[in-house]
Amino acid sequence: MSERIREKLQILADAAKYDVSCASSGSTRKNHNKGLGDTGNGICHTYTEDGRCVSLLKILLTNFCIYDCAYCVTRKSNDIKRAAFTVQEVVDLTINFYRRNYIEGLFLSSGIFKDADYTMERLVQVAKKLRTEHKFNGYIHLKSIPGASNEIMHEAGLYADRLSVNIEIPTENGLKLLAPEKNRKDMIMPMNYLKDEIIRLNDEKKSLKKTPLFAPAGQSTQMIIGAGAETDKDIMYTSAAFYRNFNLKRVYYSGYVPISNDKRLPALGSQVPTVRENRLYQTDWLMRFYGFKVFELLNDKNPHLDLDIDPKLGWALRNLSVFPIDINKADLQLILRVPGIGVQSAQKIVAARKFQKLNWEQLKKIGIAISRAKYFIVCSSRDFERRDLSETKIKQFILAESKSKYLKSSSQQISLF
Amino acid sequence: MTYLVYDGSWNGLMTAVFEYYEYKLCDVSILAEKSFQPSLLGNEKTVITDINKASRVLASLSKKLSSNGFGKLFPVFLSEQHGIEDQLLNFIKLVFSSDKSPEQAYGNTCVLTIDKVAKMVHREKHRMEAFIRFQQLADGLYYAHISPDFNVLPLIAKHFKNRYADQQWLIYDLKRKYGIYYDLSDVQEVTLDISESPTEGSIFHEDEVLYQTLWKDYFQSVNIKPRKNSKLHIRHVPKRYWKYLTEKLPA
Ligand code: SF4
Repeated sequence: MSERIREKLQILADAAKYDVSCASSGSTRKNHNKGLGDTGNGICHTYTEDGRCVSLLKILLTNFCIYDCAYCVTRKSNDIKRAAFTVQEVVDLTINFYRRNYIEGLFLSSGIFKDADYTMERLVQVAKKLRTEHKFNGYIHLKSIPGASNEIMHEAGLYADRLSVNIEIPTENGLKLLAPEKNRKDMIMPMNYLKDEIIRLNDEKKSLKKTPLFAPAGQSTQMIIGAGAETDKDIMYTSAAFYRNFNLKRVYYSGYVPISNDKRLPALGSQVPTVRENRLYQTDWLMRFYGFKVFELLNDKNPHLDLDIDPKLGWALRNLSVFPIDINKADLQLILRVPGIGVQSAQKIVAARKFQKLNWEQLKKIGIAISRAKYFIVCSSRDFERRDLSETKIKQFILAESKSKYLKSSSQQISLF
Repeated sequence: MTYLVYDGSWNGLMTAVFEYYEYKLCDVSILAEKSFQPSLLGNEKTVITDINKASRVLASLSKKLSSNGFGKLFPVFLSEQHGIEDQLLNFIKLVFSSDKSPEQAYGNTCVLTIDKVAKMVHREKHRMEAFIRFQQLADGLYYAHISPDFNVLPLIAKHFKNRYADQQWLIYDLKRKYGIYYDLSDVQEVTLDISESPTEGSIFHEDEVLYQTLWKDYFQSVNIKPRKNSKLHIRHVPKRYWKYLTEKLPA
């Protein structure tokens, strides 16, 4: 018995790991029934050896699938072991992992067997059982199966905290090439339904006292990076449109990990584009938390992000005329645009300068990266960058400095062991 | 220099602060009994913990500070850092001598120190909420032990009580030799002497080994080899915590 369940878990966790979404936050499901669990800010209970957060038991219900999407390990034509959990097995694993404080909850996805509704129904059964029979208040993320009917999606919303459809391929043309049996419309349908339903129930909440929780952590999606020929601009414009049109909470970017010899895809053994992936995440953050518009960061003149430097520094270098700004006077919005200053430091600066004008020493203690910021700001000090440096020069200086820092820290590492 | 020697408790420290004002002392240092050495030069004054005095200090602090700023003080105390009492006293003096709360005057070193230490303790609290691993014992109790850098048990009790409301659990701090125990209605502090992890198989619940194995399997399965990044991994899960993590123990 235990050997069989171990094998299933290995197969079905392995198949699910390429879905990078790990968030377990954005929902506040209180432990109101003296049951098991609650949901709050989301905790990473451990990290994989590649440094990704592990917060949910992320598995497929089954890796049998009737589709043949080129970029997916679960595709029909792939010669791999197949397995399927029963509903009860998933419930038991979730509860027992949760009770031991291994996880924040469950992220359940599935290959598509029979048809969309049949598959979606099974996913919903798991969630329903957890919520009703086990009084489980932990986090549940269900995959919305493209093409599932509105009735089933409605039920899913009643039990899940978050739902997601992975659009995977950033452009329609790319999708046609790599997953010809799929179409964007089917993927978007459940997303659209859920968006409207979330809005409708939120409005209802204002007039009625008690409305049920409905997908309180909203929806997310994922795109695979580097499987096709998309530019960074393609990717981020798609992303911006999804945030706008479907009120998505998150878009995830997943560097393509080569898994097949298919001619349409990067060959086995090619590098996973992790740096590019990281730059896309940074761009995503700049859009969501720093007030940047996507066209400021990517446009026809700059369709790709610079891999050497982060996109905020890239923007600053292209817009030197905005700088230097005075840290003791500038608006928060502008301070947020200075390379080397994060959201927290920016807020601290604005709070602290009410008490006294800030100088370099204080800025450093507040936690800003002076080595980058110094080219873009002045503060309460007569010391500031007076040379009229060009874009390339500043970039050179900053790169040289971060490289020497990198060297220093890696030699420290060696002496530690 | 006057040394105010208190019993090491939070209320004791707040009593010391009260007496600093009550006796109009000026050049003082507050020390816990266990770190006071009689050979230190200066006057020694023993502080007798007085709940009344302590609550008066706390009440006026909570009036002057925002709830966020006030909420930092107890965690800072739990950091057990050498000299933290004097840091707290300096900060409290600053609070009482300012018209508006100075908690955001990050240009001031003393404010920044309190903020930094509070962050450190908060991070440890958060880590414990993440890294605690319960093992189910034969009688059903979920047991975990830890040895956190700071004394965070008082800070994590609420989180675990809310989350595991329907199971009995005990979290034990091996370093400080006490634990918190939840009996399905309340959390209590308990002192026991547990020196090593329970190793005999018989004391565990019959399912315990299976779920530990499944969890270790899971941890291996989610790894994406072509993305391996040990430096990042260790930054997130520093090695000193590994000995308590089921997934990091040998199979
Ligand atoms: S439908 Fe989903 S699981 Fe099936 S092959 Fe396509 S991406 Fe993979």
